[in-house]
Amino acid sequence: MSVYLDHAATTPLRREALDAMLPYLGEQFGNPSSPHAYGRRARAALDEAHERIAAALGAGPREMILTSGGTEALNLAIKGAAWAGKARGSRIVTTAIEHHAVLHPIRQLEKFGFEVVELAVDRYGRLDPDALTAALTERTILVALGHANNEVGTIQDLAELIARVRRDGPRGSLVAIDAVASAPYLAIDVGALDCDLLAIAAHKFDGPKGAGALYLRAGTHILSQQQGGSQERFRRAGTEDVAAAVGMGVALGLAVEERAEVAARLAGGRDRLIAALTAIDGVELTGHPVDRLPGLASIVARDVEGAAVVLKLDLLDVAASVGSACTTGSAEPSHVLRAMGFPDEEARGSLRLSLGRGTSAEDVEVALDVIPRTVLAARDGARQAAAARPRFEPETAVPG
Amino acid sequence: MSGGVDSSVAAALLRDEGHEVIGVWMRLHDVADTISEFKKSCCSLDAAEDARRVAAQLDIPFYVLNLEREFDEGVLAPFLGAYLDGTTPSPCVDCNTTVKFGALLGQARHLYDCEAVATGHYARREVGPDGQARMLMARDEDKDQTYFLYGLRQDQLRDARFPLGALTKPEVRAVARRLGLATADKPESQGICFIPDGNVRSALRTRAGWEPEAGPVLDADGTRVGEHSGAAGYTPGQRQGLGVALGSPRYVSRVDPISNTITLGRREDLETTTFEIEDVRFVAETGPEHPFRAAVRIRHRATPIPASVEPAGDRRWRIRTDSPVWAIAPRQAAVLYDGEACLGGGRIARLAAPGPRRDPDRSAIAPTLVASATS
Repeated sequence: MSVYLDHAATTPLRREALDAMLPYLGEQFGNPSSPHAYGRRARAALDEAHERIAAALGAGPREMILTSGGTEALNLAIKGAAWAGKARGSRIVTTAIEHHAVLHPIRQLEKFGFEVVELAVDRYGRLDPDALTAALTERTILVALGHANNEVGTIQDLAELIARVRRDGPRGSLVAIDAVASAPYLAIDVGALDCDLLAIAAHKFDGPKGAGALYLRAGTHILSQQQGGSQERFRRAGTEDVAAAVGMGVALGLAVEERAEVAARLAGGRDRLIAALTAIDGVELTGHPVDRLPGLASIVARDVEGAAVVLKLDLLDVAASVGSACTTGSAEPSHVLRAMGFPDEEARGSLRLSLGRGTSAEDVEVALDVIPRTVLAARDGARQAAAARPRFEPETAVPG
Repeated sequence: MSGGVDSSVAAALLRDEGHEVIGVWMRLHDVADTISEFKKSCCSLDAAEDARRVAAQLDIPFYVLNLEREFDEGVLAPFLGAYLDGTTPSPCVDCNTTVKFGALLGQARHLYDCEAVATGHYARREVGPDGQARMLMARDEDKDQTYFLYGLRQDQLRDARFPLGALTKPEVRAVARRLGLATADKPESQGICFIPDGNVRSALRTRAGWEPEAGPVLDADGTRVGEHSGAAGYTPGQRQGLGVALGSPRYVSRVDPISNTITLGRREDLETTTFEIEDVRFVAETGPEHPFRAAVRIRHRATPIPASVEPAGDRRWRIRTDSPVWAIAPRQAAVLYDGEACLGGGRIARLAAPGPRRDPDRSAIAPTLVASATS
């Protein structure tokens, strides 16, 4: 039996979403911008998707921009806010543990003259509100923060952090929230949060890949990043993926309904996994011990290559991750763990297990049986491989 | 799986024999920021994608393993160091002994519970009733790669598999086409995989911090006939890039990084029948102790030349060839054969230099490489 414990990478498309999508991959193929019946039917479905998604986040339907995913939503939020705010200032504040879909667009903006501050976090991945206050200047135009971290699961105290931006930052400074990792499991109300921008991705909550959304507070101006037609009220040109929008709407609506029950169930499994793993000598929990995503167990194991554990687990039909989805074999340790103060040799021993709606009690039992012994075997194997490794023979000295 | 046709077919053959096969692409140096530079090399991300496609076609698991540290230590640092010493390295030999059948085999055995590491090398191995593994030339003599594999110890060779040993290259391509593998018609990789543009001197500057200094080019009689822009990176037998025009063709015969001198010779000046090899390894558990007859190959695909081989102390052996060999390059591998059996080999020792010598100065190598090479 195979066990999937990588829901932070992606989740399976839920049946209800698939069923809702199928007509729009078939006979309901109209372009929502067309004036005829085909177009109208597609438009109605798209409008309904906007409404469902907006309602799930406490937003208005016209405050939602549908995108091709979380990365596009974040790029649009960050670049759009930065260029729109250029007249007022050029300072962008974020943290060092954000997802690359936040950090990389910001670093590209830095090359265009924006001033970028990547704030340090503590050992648990939390941002100190005083550090945020200290980073805010009159020239600050954007603060970009993750709600929960995708690698270690730490939840930021957004209420306090956003309050600091409002209290200590300049008027008109925008707050963009990356809620891609948190939206499946944490209640989100954009009004209560008092944020200006918030990004989500459908495939993290059992919706389709290639679908995301950006909340943009009514009255807030950002510069569109792709131009063409008038779609999404000129903020995101391009013919809409109606099926994806429909699937996202259905999946998010159901996720919100089931959220409390699912989160409580996952937290139980998560805590058992964390207990079993941290009982191993040299294994440490990463991320916040309490304020963490309900389905996410993350550790570092000393003298273990996380990549080797993931590989061994795969051969045993257990899907896990070192922290982010990457298949190019980069030896670069996680920037998140680095920013949390883990030295590279410890960060290389990272392992992330992420439970999801479909994770069963049986899955957890299998994981409890297989994963701790695999971590131990990987450690033993690495030690034996190192000991057995043929020494590199030094070049012989050239005779005189 | 390098992403080439040979390792693709090797994997396919093993799978079809009923083995449980795991495909591995070794990441050996940082490729992320050099995608375009490395485009044509076997170590590029394109190659990893080709390997992944084939693994998917074969329905076997496929992983990218990071062996950058091991490659740095076992292959790259000795490679750069050898050239800075004015010698000619054999990086593929080092890669086989320290990376493919070194670090990778160690991980395969101890970490992933595998029985063996198979590659797409053209070579054959045979295990005798005494449990001794022998290495034999490939059936396709033209493709034989035992020259690069001579350094494997018994325990390495026992756990090595060369599924292509009995096939010719056209047969390998035919298998790939029959199976519809994505790499069936991929061209041969050429040159050194980690220096895709073939520019060793540029690599020495950027990766080893080499600061070339101009120095004299001398003819065989000691006459100064020109100037070079840094002696490292030249190799005996080389003709190009000297900027010297004399009556008859001249070749590099000696590179001396200490005096920063390149000495030339006529074709016949580069012929030799006696030389020594050092760091010798024999494939057999117990190597010979007395003089013996063998055929010696001084570069990949060269015809093995019959020779007498006699001990010269401390893993050194003296070789007297029956007919002259041409342009031997110090530190390049010399491999010994008895018929089709590869007996082992070593690195060609530097010829006794006319002047006083000191230990080669490695201070020019980047500190990280020095540190890893001595650990």
